This record gives sequence, C-alpha cells and structure tokens, in this order.
Amino acid sequence: MTQLLQAPLGTNRLLGAAPDLPLPHLEAGGLIALVEQAGLTGRGGAGFPTARKLASVAGKAPGIVGNAMEGEPLSSKDAVLLSRSPGLVVDGLSLIGSALGARRVLLAVGPGVPTGPVRQAAVNSRVDVLALTGGFVAGQESALVNQINGRSGVPSDGLVPVFRRGVDAHPTLVVNAETLAQLALIARCGADWFRRLGTPADPGTFLVSISASRPATVAHPGVLEVPRGTPLRAVLTAAGTDLDRVAGVLVGGYHGAWVPPSEIDTLLTTADLARFDAGPGAGVIHVLDRGNCPLEMSGSVAAYLAGQSARQCGPCVNGLPRMAQTLQRLAVPGASPGLVAEVVRLRGLVHSRGACSHPDGTARFVASTMRVFADHVEDHLRGDCDARARRLDQV
Amino acid sequence: MTLSDLDDALWALGRGTGVVALLMFTTTLVLGIVSRSGRQVAGLGRFGLAELHRTAALTGVGLVAVHVTSLFLDPYAQLKLVDLAVPFLGSYRPLFLGFGTLAVDLLLVITAVSLLRNRVGPRVFKAVHWLTYVLWPVALVHALGNGTDAGSLWMDAVAVFCCGAVLAAVSWRLLPSYAERGRTRVARVVAR
Amino acid sequence: MRVHVDWTRCDGHGACAELLPELLTTDDWGFPILTGGQREPDVPAALERHARRAVKACPVQALRLVD
Repeated sequence: MTQLLQAPLGTNRLLGAAPDLPLPHLEAGGLIALVEQAGLTGRGGAGFPTARKLASVAGKAPGIVGNAMEGEPLSSKDAVLLSRSPGLVVDGLSLIGSALGARRVLLAVGPGVPTGPVRQAAVNSRVDVLALTGGFVAGQESALVNQINGRSGVPSDGLVPVFRRGVDAHPTLVVNAETLAQLALIARCGADWFRRLGTPADPGTFLVSISASRPATVAHPGVLEVPRGTPLRAVLTAAGTDLDRVAGVLVGGYHGAWVPPSEIDTLLTTADLARFDAGPGAGVIHVLDRGNCPLEMSGSVAAYLAGQSARQCGPCVNGLPRMAQTLQRLAVPGASPGLVAEVVRLRGLVHSRGACSHPDGTARFVASTMRVFADHVEDHLRGDCDARARRLDQV
Repeated sequence: MTLSDLDDALWALGRGTGVVALLMFTTTLVLGIVSRSGRQVAGLGRFGLAELHRTAALTGVGLVAVHVTSLFLDPYAQLKLVDLAVPFLGSYRPLFLGFGTLAVDLLLVITAVSLLRNRVGPRVFKAVHWLTYVLWPVALVHALGNGTDAGSLWMDAVAVFCCGAVLAAVSWRLLPSYAERGRTRVARVVAR
Repeated sequence: MRVHVDWTRCDGHGACAELLPELLTTDDWGFPILTGGQREPDVPAALERHARRAVKACPVQALRLVD
C-alpha cells in the first residue's frame, strides 16, 4: 500500500490542504511570465522549463493534456497526488486552458492511478478525464497523444513534435500532473513563494517515491514531498532507511542512474545528480540492499525494459533483449570477461537509434550499473558475489 | 503493303507485346519478392535489385500500352474504346478480354500509386501494391484465354515457366525462413 | 541538410547504406548506423545527390533529408 508520509522535511504544499486563496485568471503572457519567474521545470522526467513549453503553443488554440500515466513501476506519485489533491491538478489544467485559449483540455490517467477523486474534482470544469491503458512507454508524449487520437499508444517519429501536431492534429501541450499542481500553487501564492524552497537554479519542491529492494531496509516507503536540493541522505533518513544496508540508490527510475553509498550526501538537484548521469526524473528513489546482487537486479530491470519496448524500431526490439540477456549472464558468478565488452557494444548499438528515448534510457541505466558496481562486476568475473554471500549468511 | 498486311502486323505486334509483357510482370513479381526479403543478389546490391524490379515493371507497362494500342487499331480484334476501361463488354471472347481490361485497370492504379508513392505515403503505397498479387493471375488468365497462341507449344512453355516461377517465389515468401536476414533478428511489430 | 531516419518505418532493408556508405553502415540486424553516433548527421554538399538517391531507394520511405 502506498503510504503518504508525514512531512518531516517541512513541506506539504502539494499534499496538504489547498491554500485558501482564489485561483486567479491569467492571460497567456502573464502566465508564461509568472511560470518563468518561478523557474518551474517539468516534474515528469524530462525536466524541461515549463514556461518554454507553454510558449511553444501560445496563440495556437492548442490541446492541453495532463499526464498522469505513471508508467514508471517504482513511482506512485501520480496515484497519490490524484487521490490527495486532485483539485490542484484540475486547477492547473484549467489555468493553462483558459490562458492559452485551449480547444480541448484533457487529463490522461494511467491504469494504476485512481480516477474517482479527480473526476469528482473536475465536475465543474472543462477538463475531460480519460482513463487510458499502457505500460512503461505509454506516458511518452507522442505515445500518449496517439492513444488519445484512437491509434496505438506507441511513440511516433519525432520529426513533427506534438506541440506542432498532436491531439486531433492540432498543436498540443503535454504536462505532467505534478507540474500542473505546482503551477496551480504558483498562481495562487506567487513565484517568490515557490522559490522560497529549493535552490536558485532548481527551485521548488518535488514528489519522490521511495522504495527498497528489501522491505525492512526502508521502514516507511511511500511518497514524500521534498524541496529540491535536499541531500539524498536526508530523504532516506526521513523514510526510515537503514543506511548501513544501502549498497546503492537508484535515482530517477528505470531510466535513471545509481548513486553509490559513498555519495549519499549528494543534493537532489539536476546539476548535482548530473555527475552520476542521473537526474531527479520522475522522483523515483530506490534503495538497493546489500543482500541483493546489483547485477541480478539490473538484469531483471533491463529484461523488464526490453519487454516494454513498443516493438516498432529495430535497434530497440533486437538490442534491448540482447543487452538484458548479456547482463543476466554476467550476473551469474564466474561469468566470461567478454560479456563486459559485449554489454558496452550493445549499449552503443541501441543509443539514439529509435523513435523515442526508451533505448537511450535503458542504455544509461545499464551503463550506470557497470560503472557504479564495477567492483562487483570484477567479483563476478572471479566467481564471487558478496551480496549472495551476505544473504546466505543471514539465513 | 496491303491493308490486310497491316492488320496482320498489328495483330502480331499485339500478341508479341502481350506475351513479353506477361514475362515482364512475372519477372517483376519474382524480383519484388526477392527484394522484400532483403537478401543480396551477387553484384546487384539491394538498391540494384529494387531498381531492376522497377525497370521490369515499367517495361511491362510500356509493352501493355503498345499491346492495347495495336490491338485497338487492328479491326480483327474488334476493340471498342469502352473495352479499354470497362471489362466484359467486348465482342471477341468477352470473358477473357474482360480479364485483360481488368488487368489494365489494376495496372493503371498500381503504376500511378507507385510513381506517386512519396505523395501517398508508405501505407497507401503498400496497400495498393498488394494488388499485384491479383494483377498477375488476371493477366495470366487473359493471356491463356484470349491469346490465339494458347495451345501452341511455345506458348504453353511460356505459361508453364511463368507459373512455375511465381509459384516458387510465392512458396518461398510463405516460408518462415524468408524473414531472416543474415543474423537472426526479431521482427518489428508495425504499430501504426 | 541532415539525414533523418524514421525508426518506426525502417525495417533494415539496407538500400540506403549501399548508396550512402560515407554516412550509413548497417548493424547486426540490418538497421542503419549513422556516422559519429549522431542522430541526424550532416550531409556534405558533395554527397547531396547520393543522399537524395538513397532517400528515393528506401522501399518504406523511412529516410528523409531535413534542414
């Protein structure tokens, strides 16, 4: 069950009671300026500056789509947000809808996300709530738009982006549900208020979904709202993590990257996480316990990601399963050293060769695994796996 | 040269171009299947194979144009203008002539769409191109039914050769090993 | 001018790589690899004619030239 944690880090903006302030009506220019001043960036994974996204469809009577697809298996923030504060998401959509003169305003909700509360909240608005299907890739912008248009929910070639041609062939803006909620608060409370938390370069708060590979390692898994720039250690502690058992922390989700235990004081900002080739992403923070083999775990994740391919693009359809298999073979102690080179080769073969960034993200995750757990890889080549040994000791 | 000689010449031209057109379309179909398989044919390259397929097709179209024109001009064939477009209204062996008209209609559509494939997009192009599997048997039936050479040894040989070639190619097309290209690959699912 | 591959259409026929080997090679499964690992490599003026021919040769119209 996804718990809603108390806010020991002092923030309950998104998941607390909505501020008793009226939602202003804003014109396009005013809204864009406000969002730009606040420095809001997308909370769905890509982290794109929201003001620029709004500007790309201004004056074009666009379609607006809120993205609550929650394709990331380790994430539960869309579900929690839509259960606790659906009104904020609806407000965000309505705000953008009226400011940009939208022709249609939709909220796309994925299979794991409850629709009851948000349908209720949307009753007196022009927001259409759509319950859609799909897995990992279904929340990708063009895949989402394709599904809404009644076609298969798989990504399109990126030559014509959705902000030029999307829902019903009109310019379309796709915004993550959390970004919408943040925007609704910024409109009420102001850009300066938003910037009171976070860092100057990476302002505001964001929702994180904390989980662990072994249940007892994180005492209170769930969704937590934290200011940007919070040290990873603080977030782990707030969730009751046994820091001694942390072998690594996956930040950003299955397309993210690992932070080694020695670097637990890293701040959760785009800039600070960049050196691990990671980013806040969709706010997933997953702790790998010392009793779990990182290569085994990464092998299963890679296999999952291979299975989630839309199966449109040759390099992805062929390359990801091969990469996953190679990683899984590497996960068996006593593996052949040639497998390491093979993983590197396959990573190069899938990178940037597909209609969407699914192969790229998978390659990033695999590369990070090989880098951060390089010592562990060495152990495996010698025939050892200390994670397995540790687990056996505990039995 | 008498008028009767001219008629005979036109008739001969009509028959000749008809037979060669059938051979051209047989070649086109077989080359199309080989090309689709992605296999390389020595010295040609994949683009070369595709060009050959195209050349054979267009040659066939040209031959059909001559075939139809010469027979139209030949009074012995009794072709009316309407027979060029609407099937089964002909005077001479209307059923088999009808197949010929049908083949010409199909050929026009397929050729037009193929030449304009950049305009119509790959999906429309592909859908219309499937009609070639209808075009070929229709053309064959027309050739055997209408061609006055049917029953002669060489015509039978041509017919057997064309049938054999197409049957072999189509059988190969249906085999599972057809889709493999070099090292084993997983087929994409065409989603859109 | 750059080369753009529509990966959702490409089925690894390989005609493009034959006609534009300076910019395209094929991988294990027949799909094009673009030089320098770039997503959309530039087409030098000298190769423009060959690039256009490669675009025409693709049986599924997966290759395009974009500005």
